[in-house]
Amino acid sequence: MMSHRFHFPERGLGLLLMLPQLLITVIFFVWPAGQALWESTRLQDAFGLSSTFVGLDNFASLFRDPLYLQTVRTTLLFSVLVASLGLLVALLLAVMANRVVRASAFYRTILILPYAVAPSIAAVLWLFLFSPGLGWISYLLAQCGIDWNHVLNGGQALTLVVLASTWKQISYNFLFFLAALQAIPTSLLEAAAIDGASPLRRFRDIVFPLLSPTSFFLLVVNLVYAFFDTFAVIDAATGGGPGKSTETLIFKVYSEGFKGLDLGSSAAQSVILMLLVGALTLVQFRYVERKVQY
Amino acid sequence: MIENRKGLDGLSHLVLIAGMVLVAFPLYLMLITASYDANSALPTPVPLLPGGHFFANLGQVLTGEGGAVSWPFWKILGNSLAMAVSIALGKMLISLLSAFAIVYFRFPLRNAGFVLIFATLMLPVEVRIFPTVAVITDLGMINSFAGLTLPLIASATSTFLLRQSLLSLPRELAEAARVDGAGPLRFLWDIVLPVIRTTLAALFVINFVYGWNQYLWPLLVLRDASLSTTLMAIKSMMGEGAVKWPLVMAGATLTLLPPLLVVLGMQRWFVKGLVDSEK
Repeated sequence: MMSHRFHFPERGLGLLLMLPQLLITVIFFVWPAGQALWESTRLQDAFGLSSTFVGLDNFASLFRDPLYLQTVRTTLLFSVLVASLGLLVALLLAVMANRVVRASAFYRTILILPYAVAPSIAAVLWLFLFSPGLGWISYLLAQCGIDWNHVLNGGQALTLVVLASTWKQISYNFLFFLAALQAIPTSLLEAAAIDGASPLRRFRDIVFPLLSPTSFFLLVVNLVYAFFDTFAVIDAATGGGPGKSTETLIFKVYSEGFKGLDLGSSAAQSVILMLLVGALTLVQFRYVERKVQY
Repeated sequence: MIENRKGLDGLSHLVLIAGMVLVAFPLYLMLITASYDANSALPTPVPLLPGGHFFANLGQVLTGEGGAVSWPFWKILGNSLAMAVSIALGKMLISLLSAFAIVYFRFPLRNAGFVLIFATLMLPVEVRIFPTVAVITDLGMINSFAGLTLPLIASATSTFLLRQSLLSLPRELAEAARVDGAGPLRFLWDIVLPVIRTTLAALFVINFVYGWNQYLWPLLVLRDASLSTTLMAIKSMMGEGAVKWPLVMAGATLTLLPPLLVVLGMQRWFVKGLVDSEK
């Protein structure tokens, strides 16, 4: 595949150089993943002393568990909201930033700030904005007659974690959209403008289709982000509550794993999550192929 | 600029300013809140202009004076820094070596190794969290710096980005080095590293931020308060009955500063590298 490339003759050295990465991958990725797979097919006795093979029983009982299905629904709603809101806002900002000349570096600098912010800090900042009696947003909402209390109201709690998670991800989406927009040849747009196409028309017929590989890539990245990386946001902002209204799949694995009650069920949940990331990663590669490479 | 539309330009600036306010307001309010007296009730809603206690609060959090924090921030900032730098440099080192091996050598297991490294993309640490904690426990690495950092330094993303940069180098570069009698490692150190330094800079930013912002993993691996990170400290400050917002925000400011400086200081390389890393 790369036969036209130059290769050093020291074959042993090649293996040696790859070894550190391989060792870490095997010890900390393959081994735990294998253990999870193994435990997901076993049932422990009440004392955790012995376990028996139960096939896919752990998976089957998960999908019969209404609480688990509720968490699946919460995760889907949360992820779709985070991904769609994040993409829309970032696309709008990127299109505008691509238009303006004056102050564009300044806008960009401000807009990449959230990239550096830890998810748990993002949660703290938004928690403060919404904290009843203290925060600006809850204050303004109260002026409009809306009583905000995300500690009691599940819908409001979900709104809070969606906003904090989206805010954190805006920089990333913005940078990718801006780079994609800047890669569109100006001559295409000039030609369309000479033909009398309005800016809106040019966006719909030229820019938007050319952005679709980037949009698709970002959609997958944002879904993965919402599924997995938002753990810290949820933990710091709501702790999964009230009730289980902001409990996502990853949060459930964590909170149940901590109690250590049902090893088999925890492992089965981990395996489901691995399959989910695996599927999303494959979809991403299949559709975007060479355009997008990790 | 394709045509001159004053109205559209005005609208663009308006949207961007709105976006900027959305992005910056939570951060601005963090600084403002950090400047009010931590021992008296905050005015509601928090004023939009700063008070006079900013440096007093920073000092209190940094030194841990008056029991504001369970462990002084100047120590745990060091922990966070050590964690972030080790993760970033560790990722870059092992990724550089494996990318170099993949591109410049042919050896048995090369493709299998490549696929294996690639597969780690599908296993973010959050997903395999408890099995990995079990492995760390088995290896006796719980509550240790090695246990904290080693499992996080495998990096498919960095390996791929570095592989791309190496593939873009002309083959004559290696041939010339060979003719001049340079071995592979000398070639890597003297010729390849200087050529790909912008990629390395970008990777450092991405991986430093990744390392600094680790939350769940330190929570599970570390038991000792003396090893804890600033994010863990802020979590415990938030867990107290009456949250002292000015001190929390002072802590958040200190926690934010290092990754922010790295991102802004290396902005140009970072932006290019981030977008390249996925394209």
